[in-house]
Amino acid sequence: MEHDQFKFIFKMAAVQGGMVDAKDELDIKSEPPSDGFGNSNANDGRLLSSSPGAGTGGTATGNNKPAPGPPEEQQTLLAVLQFLKKSKLAESAEILRREAGLPEDALDPKGTDASGSGPGLAAGSGQVDGVDASSLLSRVTVSSSAAAQAPKKAGEDQPDVSVVLSAYSQQGDPSLYDAYYSGLKRFIESVLDCHRAELSQLFYPLFVHMYLELVYNNNESVAKAFFEKFSGDQECYYEQDLRILSSLTKKEHMKGNETLLDFRTSKFVLRISRDSYQLLKRHLQERQNNQIWNIIQEHLYIDIFDGMPRSKSQIDAMSGSLAGEARREANKAKVFYGLLKEPEIELPLDDEDEEAENEEGKPKKKKPKKDSMGSKSKKQDPNAPLQTRIPLPELKDSDKLDKIMYMKESTKRIRLGSDNLPSICFYTFLNAYQGLTAVDVTDDSSLIAGGFADSTVRVWSVTPKKLRKVKSAADLNLIDKESDDVLERIMDEKTASELKILYGHSGPVYGISFSPDRNYLLSSSEDGTIRLWSLQTFTCLVGYKGHNYPVWDTQFSPYGYYFVSGGHDRVARLWATDHYQPLRIFAGHLADITCTRFHPNSNYVATGSSDRTIRLWDVLNGNCVRIFTGHKGPIHALAFSPNGKFLASGATDGRVLLWDIGHGLMVGELKGHTDTIYSLRFSRDGEILASGSMDNTVRLWDAMKAFDDLETDDFTAATGHIHLQDNSQELLLGTYMTKSTPVLHLHFTRRNLLLAAGAYNP
Amino acid sequence: MSLIHSETLVVNCLRCSWVDPFKFHCSKLSIVLSRFVISAMAEERRQKQCSVVLPTESMKAMAESVGVGQLQEDSCVALSEEVSYRIKEIAQDALKFMHHGKRRKLTTSDIDNALKLKNVEPLYGFQSQEFIPFRFASGGGRELHFYEEKEVDLSDIINTPLPRVPLDVSLKAHWLSIEGVQPSIPENPPPASKEQQKTESTEPLKVVKPGQEEKGTIQGKGQSTTTPDGKGKEKGLIRLKPRSTHELSVEQQLYYKEITEACVGSCEAKRAEALQSIATDPGLYQMLPRFSTFISEGVRVNVVQNNLALLIYLMRMVKALMDNPTLYLEKYLHELIPAVVTCIVSKQLCLRPDVDNHWALRDFAARLMAQSCKTFSTTTNNIQSRVTKTLTKSLFDDKTQWTTRYGCIAGLAELGADVIKTLILPRLTVEGARIKAVMEGPVVSNIDKIGAEHVQTLLLKHCASVIAKIRPQPDNVEQYRAEYGYLGPMLCSHVVKARTQATLQAQQVNRTTLTITQPRPTLSVSQSGLTGSGGPRTPSIIKVPSSLTLMSPRPGTPSQPSPPATKYIVMGTSAGAASTQQVRVI
Repeated sequence: MEHDQFKFIFKMAAVQGGMVDAKDELDIKSEPPSDGFGNSNANDGRLLSSSPGAGTGGTATGNNKPAPGPPEEQQTLLAVLQFLKKSKLAESAEILRREAGLPEDALDPKGTDASGSGPGLAAGSGQVDGVDASSLLSRVTVSSSAAAQAPKKAGEDQPDVSVVLSAYSQQGDPSLYDAYYSGLKRFIESVLDCHRAELSQLFYPLFVHMYLELVYNNNESVAKAFFEKFSGDQECYYEQDLRILSSLTKKEHMKGNETLLDFRTSKFVLRISRDSYQLLKRHLQERQNNQIWNIIQEHLYIDIFDGMPRSKSQIDAMSGSLAGEARREANKAKVFYGLLKEPEIELPLDDEDEEAENEEGKPKKKKPKKDSMGSKSKKQDPNAPLQTRIPLPELKDSDKLDKIMYMKESTKRIRLGSDNLPSICFYTFLNAYQGLTAVDVTDDSSLIAGGFADSTVRVWSVTPKKLRKVKSAADLNLIDKESDDVLERIMDEKTASELKILYGHSGPVYGISFSPDRNYLLSSSEDGTIRLWSLQTFTCLVGYKGHNYPVWDTQFSPYGYYFVSGGHDRVARLWATDHYQPLRIFAGHLADITCTRFHPNSNYVATGSSDRTIRLWDVLNGNCVRIFTGHKGPIHALAFSPNGKFLASGATDGRVLLWDIGHGLMVGELKGHTDTIYSLRFSRDGEILASGSMDNTVRLWDAMKAFDDLETDDFTAATGHIHLQDNSQELLLGTYMTKSTPVLHLHFTRRNLLLAAGAYNP
Repeated sequence: MSLIHSETLVVNCLRCSWVDPFKFHCSKLSIVLSRFVISAMAEERRQKQCSVVLPTESMKAMAESVGVGQLQEDSCVALSEEVSYRIKEIAQDALKFMHHGKRRKLTTSDIDNALKLKNVEPLYGFQSQEFIPFRFASGGGRELHFYEEKEVDLSDIINTPLPRVPLDVSLKAHWLSIEGVQPSIPENPPPASKEQQKTESTEPLKVVKPGQEEKGTIQGKGQSTTTPDGKGKEKGLIRLKPRSTHELSVEQQLYYKEITEACVGSCEAKRAEALQSIATDPGLYQMLPRFSTFISEGVRVNVVQNNLALLIYLMRMVKALMDNPTLYLEKYLHELIPAVVTCIVSKQLCLRPDVDNHWALRDFAARLMAQSCKTFSTTTNNIQSRVTKTLTKSLFDDKTQWTTRYGCIAGLAELGADVIKTLILPRLTVEGARIKAVMEGPVVSNIDKIGAEHVQTLLLKHCASVIAKIRPQPDNVEQYRAEYGYLGPMLCSHVVKARTQATLQAQQVNRTTLTITQPRPTLSVSQSGLTGSGGPRTPSIIKVPSSLTLMSPRPGTPSQPSPPATKYIVMGTSAGAASTQQVRVI
């Protein structure tokens, strides 16, 4: 089976540029996603040649190379190559071939079998470093031994080069596709129950690829009939993709269709037990069903595991993503999910606190507790990354003051629980005329910012303290810089107001994030830029360009300085505020990145995407360390638990899924919402998970119980086969309807009061 | 998706030269294409299948309409397929923008953004925020979508005042939940929606088998209303009537006590607050039966005691209840309507009918009545016809007193111009004669005279506007006298006045910006009157804003604080009557 998986590696090898290289060198097995990336990027480059691509960063280099990612481009290259050979320009041909990473036998129609790909690969990977090349080689030798039996595409009867290598050149008779598919269907329906569920996973990818083959080969009417006959059989959660497919009826349409590119370039991953797989293999060999076997070989990646076949519910829980499930090895990397040690700050004992404690009559009890908290933070968490793994900005005096404030506030924090629910204060944006697109609240809950469809960002102060600008430079000169209250003096009283409006974007503002020190505000917009605003002067400081397409979300690191953004270009970028180019590019998603979140220890970034997966990226090296599949719709909300161990995600399907980051497992499913979940937040101590949705409700879930009930035995951890209990109703602690106000943002104050925000939508 | 959206789409689709061989007529075709996109999309919706393409005949028709004569069949096919595909593609991208805009409706800007994504220049100038509905006209065996476009006169646009600047975005905070409990405040949705209250009252009992009824009730008692589903599931198919709780919580009892006391108490500020609460608070439905009984009993007692002030307060409560959008009042009309009718037609409503202004109460109650007829009258309960019948009967009765007569006329007149036309206008001669008898005959009693005066004013006020509408122009006093008897000449002058006013208004509206502000009639009993006259039961001075007698289709909101420019009018004198007669509109 393995052999075919690597057949495309040589195509891949030259695709990478910048960050992606590093990533794939380390983990070549995550090839399909990066393959997809290569494609999309190349695609981007083509489409955007006219737009000002300032600061495209690392990818730009990748784009500018003749990257033979998508087959059609490779075809072009091959055509050029052929031309060169014809014109007897052997040297140029050799250079081109090497640069493009094409196999030596690329032009030899008969020599497409894998035995010839060994040297080609070696030549192709010449540009990547030696370690990688050798690792690639070793893998190829493994695969080439098995490759002999691999049925090859119709090289014999169609000598045209471009057709030979196109992914969907056809072998069988179009009219037989129907028979092939229904034959397989009959077979799967007749096997034992325990295998049926597993093998049923094959239906959807096979259906899609067969349909695309038919379309590609201009069998329009057959394709239509095929689609109509079998589209009804597919799982309901693929409906969205099927809709896109159905509109695609011509070969010309296939060019530039993103969904299609994803299908052609990334392998659909299925997890099947060995027994079921043998069963399938035997059946296909018996029937000589080469057409289906080809598709399985070329377009699917079957992750075979030993042990009991999974049940239907287990499969359903994990499937639904654009490219099947995550491979098991994709989630094996070690993730340091522990929290960083908090810097020690001496907490000045406040008289007020003392009094309060005395009033309560248990002053003794609180002291040791505080100590224990202190000692806990002193001890290094074994799962925590090294303090210096990611260079973090140094604490300023003002930050220390804020930390002290934070600790004071947290002593007054309410212990939440199933019998002690938080109060919810709802901030309604009135007269927003459906224009509110993003909301954020500062950590100390003193400011609220809203991003609007009219390109403005508005910042409100929700405390009596009004927003003031710093005085102009001329006025600042007049200030006595030695005075104690210089920070107070530099503010211009005349500008005090509750609301400040920031103008600068030229499209709807989709993401917004305050810096932890409340000095800056980030906003990302449809215009492809991320802007950094100063909350001292209320002006724009930097416009970060890099995403050429709408930027759907951005977020500051919990320690400031870094921030992450993700957008329509399927790439998440990590930035530092003082660099105008991204530091890291996280590529791998197969569709738009819809939301981004920093891990509390700032070492990892989680991204949710419209390809219905969540990925966790290592900030240090840009690797994708986790892929979570299971959502059935684009993901619009993510939240890390305060202890860094768990991740919650919400999607358009109205479900909240809970993930154990350390084990890379789905650990819970919270059903209840009826519409897209736009916001998720854990309470400060992690006992309660709050979710806000388009269905105008805020729901509270018992996170404590959800995570306590976990039984993560070794078997589950090793195989990733989870048994989800259907206990959403027990975990649901409360549902609060708003008055036709979708809940766009949730925030727990330091004392565990829940703030919610949304625009009234009459 | 609206027409404009698709228009944007199509024009762009074609502009992008996806269909090279046919590029030459694309630009012309595009404009007409849009019409057909809609029908295709409608079809798509119907069939629930996405493989719908624009019909080729449309392509031909469009080509012809822009002067491209012979479009070949295969060009048509290719065109329609290509365009359909591109439109779908763009629509799918636009949905993305809708999702990120956190909206449920697709807007033109989403389409524009989707086009930008494809590196296509968006179409500028299409800003349609509001929903454009799908409308169909069928003819020749097929359905056609059409978009109603009204012809707009440019001078109208130039002359109309600029629209008001939209309100700026603002932030407002409220408690969605306090320690897990959602407070019943107007900012939160009502605990039980109106529909829920309705189903509770209209379909109270599902099928309950007689043998198991007893068991069911026992179960019902043990079960709180919140978990009827869980129990029902266990017990199988028997569906029990959800027990509506009639016990009020301590807080609710306190609230009820406070509210009722404030409503009939002596502090006007408190009353205003209480009425405001009744009119807006969403969580009152459980107390509704009690409020309703309170009002009906209150009216019964206070009519006997001739306590005008309290009757006014109670009517204001009725008004507030009717204003509350979350209450399902239909269930309690049997108590409320008799109370209101009592306040309209009762013979005596106050201790000193010659001085007190019980007329205002009658007017107010009449308006309430008209409003409830409008909102609650259905073919099953026939409220309006029943009320009309009752009122007409006593109006036609010769022995009816002036007060009741006044109430009947007011009640009927408030029901609208049609009722006036059919029921009151024919009576004008008779009533005129009766008034004449009192006014010009030997002085019987002062009370009768005042009553007659009021009836006269009322008739003139209501009838004049109706007559002005139905009668042709030249207003001849003699003709009027011939037709309407004693009231004729006065009616004539009123009609003339009404006509001039109508034309004046029309001119002003036409001219430009003058907006007609119609102060809503308010009714409140002044505090000073209460304390000054010793007993709170007999207010002698009633504060009535001068706009009281305005024709208003709906009763005003007495709960509103009365405007500062109100006059103190000593009721019952001719001066008062005269001043109330002024109809000031502008």
